[in-house]
Amino acid sequence: MTAPVLELKNVAKTYRVKQGLFGKPKPLTAVNDVSLTLGRGEVLGLVGESGCGKSTLAKILLGLEAPTSGQVLVDGEEIAGQDRLALARRIQPIFQDPYSSLNPRKTIADIVSLPLRVHGIGDSASRAKSVRETLDLVGLPARVLNTYPSQMSGGQRQRVAIARALIMRPEIVICDEPTSALDVSVQSQILNLLNELREEFGLTYLFISHDLAVVEHLATRVAVMYLGRIVEEAPVAALFDAPRHPYARALLNSVLTPDPAQGVPDTQLGAAYPNPIAPPPGCHFHPRCPFAQDHCKAAAPRSVPVGQGHVKCHLHDPDTPMYRPDFTV
Amino acid sequence: MSDQNEKPLLSVRGLTLDIPLASGMLHAVRGIDFDLHRGETLCIVGESGSGKSLTSLAVMGLLDKNIRRSAARMDFDGTELTTASRRQMRALRGDRIAMIFQEPMTSLNPAYTIGDQLIEALQLHRSVSRDTARKRAVELLEKVGITAAASRLSQYPHQLSGGLRQRVVIAMALMCEPELIIADEPTTALDVTIQAQILRLLVDLTKEMNVAMILITHDLGVVARVADKVGVMYAGELVETGPASDVFGTPMHPYTRGLLRCIPQPGKTERGAPLGTIPGIVPSLVGDVQGCAFRTRCPHAVDACRAAIPERGAPPHEFLCVHPDGARAAEGVPA
Repeated sequence: MTAPVLELKNVAKTYRVKQGLFGKPKPLTAVNDVSLTLGRGEVLGLVGESGCGKSTLAKILLGLEAPTSGQVLVDGEEIAGQDRLALARRIQPIFQDPYSSLNPRKTIADIVSLPLRVHGIGDSASRAKSVRETLDLVGLPARVLNTYPSQMSGGQRQRVAIARALIMRPEIVICDEPTSALDVSVQSQILNLLNELREEFGLTYLFISHDLAVVEHLATRVAVMYLGRIVEEAPVAALFDAPRHPYARALLNSVLTPDPAQGVPDTQLGAAYPNPIAPPPGCHFHPRCPFAQDHCKAAAPRSVPVGQGHVKCHLHDPDTPMYRPDFTV
Repeated sequence: MSDQNEKPLLSVRGLTLDIPLASGMLHAVRGIDFDLHRGETLCIVGESGSGKSLTSLAVMGLLDKNIRRSAARMDFDGTELTTASRRQMRALRGDRIAMIFQEPMTSLNPAYTIGDQLIEALQLHRSVSRDTARKRAVELLEKVGITAAASRLSQYPHQLSGGLRQRVVIAMALMCEPELIIADEPTTALDVTIQAQILRLLVDLTKEMNVAMILITHDLGVVARVADKVGVMYAGELVETGPASDVFGTPMHPYTRGLLRCIPQPGKTERGAPLGTIPGIVPSLVGDVQGCAFRTRCPHAVDACRAAIPERGAPPHEFLCVHPDGARAAEGVPA
């Protein structure tokens, strides 16, 4: 791996949530002891069910939320205490819904040039030039400069959002479900564009998506999140070809490839997603795990290095009675 | 799949939906035909604006007043839906024709308990006691895989997760033992693992109870796994219809092939390689629409594509393309 551009060390985020009108606030650990390393030019796919903490992690990286504990390092420097503006130059977001992430009252030129104006870069002539160049990069013609978001299709709007993110030439782009609001024919154009831009500018992506086929296509590494923890993290081929964590397997089983010879898969997961305010003891996943044993209810699994990744499961931990080194599910 | 010689449960011919706009008439659905037999699942797949949701609303008689519907025939087991009165339609809906929508929170009333809503669904159409209706509600909640069903009856929708809510909606749809279920994007708002569970439930229940289903979706993976029959919709027309194995195995319309190339297919698509795209945009359906609506985006369009497109192929696999072989050859797809 190249020198890490982004590093997370034991990052945790705890919110205090009130239950009912007079209830005492209880801690909700949305992100729990997350450690990740991302090299330059890598695409880390982050997958997991709604409520597992994916978006909270994205907010921490964007500096919109401070972690309760742990460190986030960009190019080896800790971001805590750094200027928000300085951070925004290096990390930019692309959000899911291009209908709500663009100001409807501003023209495309205003929207795309806003980061330059906020950071006080250049004069109006050089900013206009930069906007035209960036629009060209994302495949939008210069004639859209004076139009409004409402005059554009969903795919065009997402291109505007990408242009706005890239005009500062950031190092890291956080893509939070960037194509899930788009039609399939538009989705493929945007995914191709993201891939081309990554190669051209050496960008690093954190790619959050619930569509595992898209993650498999775009990511170089994948992290699987469950109830605030990364339960497995591995290079894309290793994770998709031989998932080690039972939850990763269940997620992969749920992918519906367009193959009419196969029916709807049985995920072998119970329906109940656990309450994050009162998570189950031991391994958080044990109530839904088809391989759970008594040990899983008693002890939380630690992170064990396996191959080029990590997994949190007793089945892969040589220090537990459940250890099965050959276990790939 | 059911016997094709048997009379279809639902037979639609020439369904046309027009919406008058200030700029002219919008031809949202342009003369579509399909048949659906008991126990059969038809998936209608298409992109936004293709008219798939309007088609399902037209069958249920739930269109906005300003939308003009005309059809040569919409026969539901002997009842002609085009001429049915509002009272007749109301009696059918929720009874013999049930509906499942995308977002379970909006199809459940937040102010009433699950039990009240399930019981009402049955009592609206059947003269049964509240006690009998309650028993049926518990029975169905168990059938859709909800644990502690009896205690759920007193819960409100907000107390359930999205997946459980959609199970409740399915139970509600089944209260009156419908013959046809229309499901519009029933799993789009759900997580992948929950999506697989809900789809499996729908497939198992419709087969077990011999219920016909129209499932509207934009997800080709869902279609392939669930459908007996597939209808690919583009610009208000069913451009390709047929058994799922035929449509996915030998897609005849360039649009169907284009869609399949746009999605990454694990095991088939090379990781990181560029995905296929469909250039251009959907044409405006305002005013006169002539010839093949896909010709502006089709890499193999010829002059003949400007004229009216006759139905090609033979039942059950039919499509609207004048030169399927030429198009396949140009794409390098073996015939």
